[in-house]
Amino acid sequence: MINSGDTTFILISAAMVLLMTPGLAFFYAGMVRHKNVLGTILQSFIMISVISFEWVYIGYTMSFGPDVGGLIGDFSMLGLAGVTSAPSETYATTIPHLVFMIYQCMFAVITPALITGAFAERMRFGPFLIFSLIWTILVYNPVCHWVWGGGWLAERGVLDFAGGLVVHLTSGAAAAAAVLVLGPRKGLGRDKFMPHSLPMTLLGTGLLWFGWFGFNAGSALAANGVAATAFVATHLAGMAGMAMWVGLEWKLYNQPTTLGAASGAIAGLATVTPAAGFISPHAAIIIGLIAGLCCFTAVTYKNKIGWDDSLDVVGIHGLGGVIGTLCLGIFASKAINPGGADGLLAGNASFLATQIFAILVVGTYAFVVSFILLKILNVCCGGLRLNSDDETVGLDQAAHSENAYNM
Amino acid sequence: MKKIEAIIKPFKLDDVKDALNDIGITGMTVTDVKGYGRQKGHKEIYRGAEYEVDFIPKTKIGIIIEADQVEEAVEAIIKGAKTGKIGDGKIFILPVEQVIRVRTGEKDHDAI
Repeated sequence: MINSGDTTFILISAAMVLLMTPGLAFFYAGMVRHKNVLGTILQSFIMISVISFEWVYIGYTMSFGPDVGGLIGDFSMLGLAGVTSAPSETYATTIPHLVFMIYQCMFAVITPALITGAFAERMRFGPFLIFSLIWTILVYNPVCHWVWGGGWLAERGVLDFAGGLVVHLTSGAAAAAAVLVLGPRKGLGRDKFMPHSLPMTLLGTGLLWFGWFGFNAGSALAANGVAATAFVATHLAGMAGMAMWVGLEWKLYNQPTTLGAASGAIAGLATVTPAAGFISPHAAIIIGLIAGLCCFTAVTYKNKIGWDDSLDVVGIHGLGGVIGTLCLGIFASKAINPGGADGLLAGNASFLATQIFAILVVGTYAFVVSFILLKILNVCCGGLRLNSDDETVGLDQAAHSENAYNM
Repeated sequence: MKKIEAIIKPFKLDDVKDALNDIGITGMTVTDVKGYGRQKGHKEIYRGAEYEVDFIPKTKIGIIIEADQVEEAVEAIIKGAKTGKIGDGKIFILPVEQVIRVRTGEKDHDAI
């Protein structure tokens, strides 16, 4: 039975989640040098085409088709067969099946776009497209099925409200693999990799924050109390993450920074994602503060070891996914959401163990498959990296024959 | 005739211009430049990564005047540009052989 309120809400939420991909493009593009701006933006934007295409033909049925052995959806909805304006019998039964499908499509689009921050300023466009497409088929779709499509992790009681495991941990683990396989940018430690336009990054942060309400609250899949819980938790974790990061900078470096504000907000928002619909407002604030502290520490540590995760996908998204999934194991409460679980603080330690298990499985799977895939493509595609001269010239000129700024 | 070149802090340009206008020097050429002297560069921190920025933005002004105006002009520039902090800049005085106005072909004193 279609509910017009639910349908309206999820349609709008889908549009908001779509907006996160351009938001992410600007968030990232502001942090690269002026010669790599368009190349960085396009790596996010083009995912809208590549992954939406993939999603319609095989992604949706792999993720949400009838379960095969807990591992993958069958191919009965290949090319959206049977996905109509009538509700699904399994998912979001108060909205048209098409609405659920397109809402989930937006999640699939942004996930590989998140990875691009790890290999910013040095990846060739063609191999990048092939990697993103195959990665979505081999990593995103299966993990999405395991957690949200009635697969084996869901059967074990694993919870992930809006994508701490499915979106942030998978992309973070892939980012770690990409950093290892591609190696650092030319001149790391010698050249200055300063952000070329922080206002652009802050604009992207604003768009992401706005879109995140669709991402998290929309994951209730209905305009109801759970959506309200998730909406509030999202906002509070974002603000707490920003406050914590800026505060730490102020204390340790004597000055607060705008990039710190953006980073802390995204850390808080990413971290609360798996927990958003299952926790109280106060737990959300604590999660945001923890996110700010941990991600700040991780990013600082990265600088010390010379690991060139250029735009901190591992330290912010990957770690955020892990911490958020753990925090859900601690703070989840059936008093808040009867459809959820009780966590450690409600006396249920076994749920925390379940969440830890899911982190290990998803993190390992995503890392190993990404690593092998990148290694294979590195040989098959004639190298993943730009050649040295092109890297010096920059993506915009070398890969796209354009300049972001013609003055 | 002399040329005065002065490197100053960019935000002091208006003060220097006003001070020179006050003593009747009404023309100047302004260039944005980068460089460093005793002040050295400065440090920028992004997500905890520290970068030394060697060259800092400065403004260079150039004026051509009669030799007997030099002392006055230097005083005006100092008055306009001085903050008392390191990095206030430098003034160079150079001889000028000839000045010619493009429009009329006037020379030297008439062309200034």
